[in-house]
Amino acid sequence: MEGTAAPQTMNPPAPIAGLPPTVYRIGAFVISLILVALVIFISGASPATVIGRMVGGAFGTADQIGRVIATLSPLLLCAAGLVYTFNAGLYNLGVEGQITFGAIAATWTLRLLYPEGATASLLPPPAAIALAILVGGVGGIAWGLLAGALHVYGRISEIFAGLGLNFAATGIAIYLIFGPWKRPGVASLSGTQPFDESLWLGTFGRTEATPVALALGLIALIITIVVMRNTYFGLRLRAVGRNLRAAYVLGVPARRQLLSAFLICGLFAGVAGALQVVGVFHRLIPNISSNLGFLGLLVVMLVNFDPLWILPVAFFFSALNIGSLQLPLSLGLESSLSGVIQGLLVLFALLGRGLAQKYGRKPEG
Amino acid sequence: MESGQLLIILATAIASATPLVFACIGETLTERAGVINLSAEGTIMLCAMVGFVAAKTADNVWLGFLAAAIVGALIALVVAYGAITLKQSQIAIGFVLALLCSDLSAYLGNPYVRIPGPTVPPRFPMPVLQDIPFIGPLFFREGDILVYAGYALIVVAWFYFYRTRGGLTLRAIGEQPAAAFARGHNVIALRYAYTLIGGALMGIAGAAFSLDFKAGWSYRHTAGYGWIALAIVIFGGWNPLRAALGAYLFGVLQSLAGVAQSAIPDVPTQVFTVAPFVLMILALVLTSGDWLDRLLSYLPVNVRRSLARAIHTAPPAALGRPFEQD
Repeated sequence: MEGTAAPQTMNPPAPIAGLPPTVYRIGAFVISLILVALVIFISGASPATVIGRMVGGAFGTADQIGRVIATLSPLLLCAAGLVYTFNAGLYNLGVEGQITFGAIAATWTLRLLYPEGATASLLPPPAAIALAILVGGVGGIAWGLLAGALHVYGRISEIFAGLGLNFAATGIAIYLIFGPWKRPGVASLSGTQPFDESLWLGTFGRTEATPVALALGLIALIITIVVMRNTYFGLRLRAVGRNLRAAYVLGVPARRQLLSAFLICGLFAGVAGALQVVGVFHRLIPNISSNLGFLGLLVVMLVNFDPLWILPVAFFFSALNIGSLQLPLSLGLESSLSGVIQGLLVLFALLGRGLAQKYGRKPEG
Repeated sequence: MESGQLLIILATAIASATPLVFACIGETLTERAGVINLSAEGTIMLCAMVGFVAAKTADNVWLGFLAAAIVGALIALVVAYGAITLKQSQIAIGFVLALLCSDLSAYLGNPYVRIPGPTVPPRFPMPVLQDIPFIGPLFFREGDILVYAGYALIVVAWFYFYRTRGGLTLRAIGEQPAAAFARGHNVIALRYAYTLIGGALMGIAGAAFSLDFKAGWSYRHTAGYGWIALAIVIFGGWNPLRAALGAYLFGVLQSLAGVAQSAIPDVPTQVFTVAPFVLMILALVLTSGDWLDRLLSYLPVNVRRSLARAIHTAPPAALGRPFEQD
């Protein structure tokens, strides 16, 4: 209990206060579900109906399942990238900007390869798409390293360096959409002129899901699991995250390690941004990141930075996002309910973890 | 640019920055006590919605402000409980709340989007003060009662921070909580109290947007202001006076962006809406990095000292760290 000093000797056995730690975590989870139900009630709907519609909205048709997968792919990339920065002890809120800048770089590449007025791409379409994804990744790296440099050399909190670059990337995207890259005749928030269909990434049947994006997401995740569990690099990253000064004193090149984390996260986020362009929207839009970076942050917080659990949680979150799109259509409710559910789950996971640490029965011995 | 035009720009800047003044002083108070309330973005957004809905339902603006302040304090209570009592990461909890509350504002506020509602009642021009040349039209012409409340808050906060025993204790629990505890101050209770007061001020900031300066409510009504408030607190060096100046400076940037829009037709107008946010963060980047020291080292010693004192500020030493009472 609080205020009880740690036992000084071995004999008075520590009073078995509290319940097993898992009880607190499950309790917190249950409370978050009750709050979700309450929020739905307040808006005048029935939780059962809402959940039914959301499940139907996510898995009802092949098209909807395709959309879940289309959301899952970039989310996996972002979450995998964030594992590196989180394990290095960094709150990389700049991931949104890294997605956006990756998307800008990919759009730029495709515009160069298929100039306005041309009848075909300068490269064969598969090569053009591959190059666009690659350049998108480089764009993400540039934006990630910029935040990293501001943090490592400028001593700016990575939170504000990242947020500042988010605003800047959005500003650049909007400038391009309304300025140099505007559609002939009309410039609007709906984005640039869509690319020629030859430059669209192939999909599973007629759905929005693209095998290439899914494969890239899964590859990024697998690489991340292997790196974090089985490599010296992952170990050093965790050392830096646990205690930067101690790691540095013990000979870990801390600056290089931090910058590497920004680089890898930027790469994955940039690829995600490029995939949003070639796979989903087929053009640059102002909100190209679609909040996937922030959603990735929630996913990684919920799994407590352990990449093994990212796939199921990211899949669940994607299904929530797509399922909630049904709400405005059928029940007149805002689709942001998915964000409320995700936020409550993560908040109570954090609080439950804290409760378990504070009041949970300590392991004996 | 004519001086009359400049005056209008500055007066507009002061009015539009007033909600930010509330938010920045609230967050300064919280952070001075050693707690970061990173939920600002969500708190301001949700409280803008709550304030609007409460004022509309009760048909009373002041009840709207009260409701917003209570909700702001409740969100801060979650931060305080997670950070102070459970000793979890303040950044993580605050960030989740930032997202959660902004989505909550969209979900629950859906039926209230873009409908007319009550606003802060008519203007109160100051009888004698408004006739002072320049100063009068600049600070008192608009006569908005919230603008006056902003001025009062700045003065009260500054006086409390630096001229009272309570302010001394506040600064102590953010810098040297162990020492404050040894002198008999209940660090945990005080941190709770200041976090809640800070949250309530952020709530009032939200209501000030939806009931006065950007009257009405729609989704993402106050987008970006919470993050800017957090940046301004750093820019202001955890000093309420400087934080308020930062907020007004941001207001000036916004007004100038409005002017630039008509002056530079080649750049699409939408760019100017993000420009102040970018500039503000850039200012933060330029004033807190290593490079500033290097630049200052070229100046004569006495100039360097006073400049460094003016620019350099350090966060409260115990900011973001839970206090171990035993």
